[in-house]
Amino acid sequence: MNAEYIIETRNLNKEFSGFIAVRGVNLKVRKGSIHALIGPNGAGKTTVFNLLTKFLEPSSGQIFYKNQNVTGKNSASLARRGLVRSFQISAVFPHLSVLENVRVALQRETKTSFHFWKPDSSLNNLNDRAMAALEEVDLADYAEDVAVELPYGRKRALELATTLALKPEVMLLDEPTSGMGHEDVGRVVDLIRKVAENRTVLMVEHNLKVVADLSDTITVLQRGQILAEGDYEEVSQDPAVLEAYMGGHHA
Amino acid sequence: MTWNLKNGPLLGAALMLVVLLAAPHMFYPVFLMKVLCFALFACAFNLLLGYVGLLSFGHAAFFGSAGYITAHMVKALNFDPLAGILVGVMVSSLLGLVIGWLAIRRSGIYFAMITLGFAQVIFFLSLQLKFTGGEDGIQGVPRGMLFGLVDLTDTMSMYYFVLAIFLCGFWLIYRTINSPFGQVLKAIRENEPRARSLGYDTDRFKLMAFVISAALSGLAGGTKALVFQLASLTDVNWHMSGEVVLMTLLGGMGTIFGPAIGALLVVTLNNYLAGFGSWVTIIIGAIFVSCVLAFRRGIVGEILEKVRTWPTRHKT
Ligand SMILES: Nc1ncnc2c1ncn2[C@@H]1O[C@H](COP(=O)(O)OP(=O)(O)OP(=O)(O)O)[C@@H](O)[C@H]1O
Ligand SMILES: [Mg+2]
Repeated sequence: MNAEYIIETRNLNKEFSGFIAVRGVNLKVRKGSIHALIGPNGAGKTTVFNLLTKFLEPSSGQIFYKNQNVTGKNSASLARRGLVRSFQISAVFPHLSVLENVRVALQRETKTSFHFWKPDSSLNNLNDRAMAALEEVDLADYAEDVAVELPYGRKRALELATTLALKPEVMLLDEPTSGMGHEDVGRVVDLIRKVAENRTVLMVEHNLKVVADLSDTITVLQRGQILAEGDYEEVSQDPAVLEAYMGGHHA
Repeated sequence: MTWNLKNGPLLGAALMLVVLLAAPHMFYPVFLMKVLCFALFACAFNLLLGYVGLLSFGHAAFFGSAGYITAHMVKALNFDPLAGILVGVMVSSLLGLVIGWLAIRRSGIYFAMITLGFAQVIFFLSLQLKFTGGEDGIQGVPRGMLFGLVDLTDTMSMYYFVLAIFLCGFWLIYRTINSPFGQVLKAIRENEPRARSLGYDTDRFKLMAFVISAALSGLAGGTKALVFQLASLTDVNWHMSGEVVLMTLLGGMGTIFGPAIGALLVVTLNNYLAGFGSWVTIIIGAIFVSCVLAFRRGIVGEILEKVRTWPTRHKT
């Protein structure tokens, strides 16, 4: 066991009725780093995320978070310990306002979330912090809009703001730039770099430029197994990776 | 004050209060009390369907069992009418806790089936247990003296008693929906995995909502037993579970006033069509189908949508 690593998996496996989606994965994420998980479609990246955050139960293997075995914990309790994820398909609360979306995240720590006898105006003192979170992603002007009416790229930005509002220790981002326009990608990359200064980021990303720009460590996954690991230089020159992944994409 | 959607509920509440205070001077009070009981029942049901997204098909269990308990307390044990109702509420809350605890682990059709299954168990118990009086039910339940002071055999006194209960229940539902707790419920309705990923134990929130809904359904059922001085199998029957779904959808699920309007409509139709015998079911069924086809959001839901989109449509 090593305090240097904030997340560690041991021989993680996931089987879906006979089909093995994740096979013997030993992933180590260094505390404070930006770690990218890449690999072709269907490699098992999202499944690994689902296992780490307990949205799926591993078939076998163990998960350690901050040197604690958290294999038996549930998603919500992991989130409360600071391990917060985003989703590949943008996950907002469609019929809440943009401001309310972020405020729901902030609300948890007020410990009033079970108070059904209080008016919801008691949550208004969180509005300033929610607005600040929205400003970070340039959504302040949309605060009153209903989330469902935002264009896709802005929904992703809103999801990011909501995740960030929790000030998580580890942020798991599943394709944070997918579906975004050019300028938006640049903005999100800047934002991730900024917020990663005092936390760990594990992200799945298909945009290799984003991966090259941001990551300290890259893990390449293929058919559920780790194919290679290292920094961008190492990984991009690895013959197995070139063959399996980059080759396919740049041919 | 400029018109906007935010003060719609306030305006609606004021209007409703005036109408309800004056109503017994214009309409048959027992009919109005029946409407109020069903309106409260539908609003309690809507808390679950409209604000958590859970379709229970067994809410008659809470409505009906509270009716039996209240009737028994008042008739056999000489309880004060309000105390009798409160015991009924306690029992339906406990039932809600047990049934909810077992049902919320599932969603969608499985949730509906589990609640229906439990409601059938309650129906069976109501038929078999001694104190419920089997096919006859508990008849001749005395309305009694409220706090030993107010004679509830007087129809007008009874009406204002029922109105007070309705308003308390309705206010509690409104408060719950617009509370920090209600915010989390809406988040769960909108995207449960996301709510979990933000650290909310969504099952606990759903269970709490289930218990509140069961308790208020019990409040409605216990009150109804006093109004009609009767607790019977009709109120624990699965038809009743279906009828409350119908009222809620007809009026507009997820709206504050919709279920109450739906209840008014269904009770009125039931009353006026009573002469048609078994045709009532078919007529109401046909009305229901055409309403759902014509107004997908329910009556109040459609009106709100019109108001919401009106300014934008006329700007462009
Ligand atoms: N719930 C499930 N049931 C059955 N099979 C699943 C399930 N979830 C994922 N799979 C399968 O597991 C494999 C890995 O899927 P996963 O979503 O993890 O891939 P991914 O690397 O995230 O791909 P993408 O880049 O397309 O998002 C796929 O073949 C997928 O069909
Ligand atoms: Mg994926």
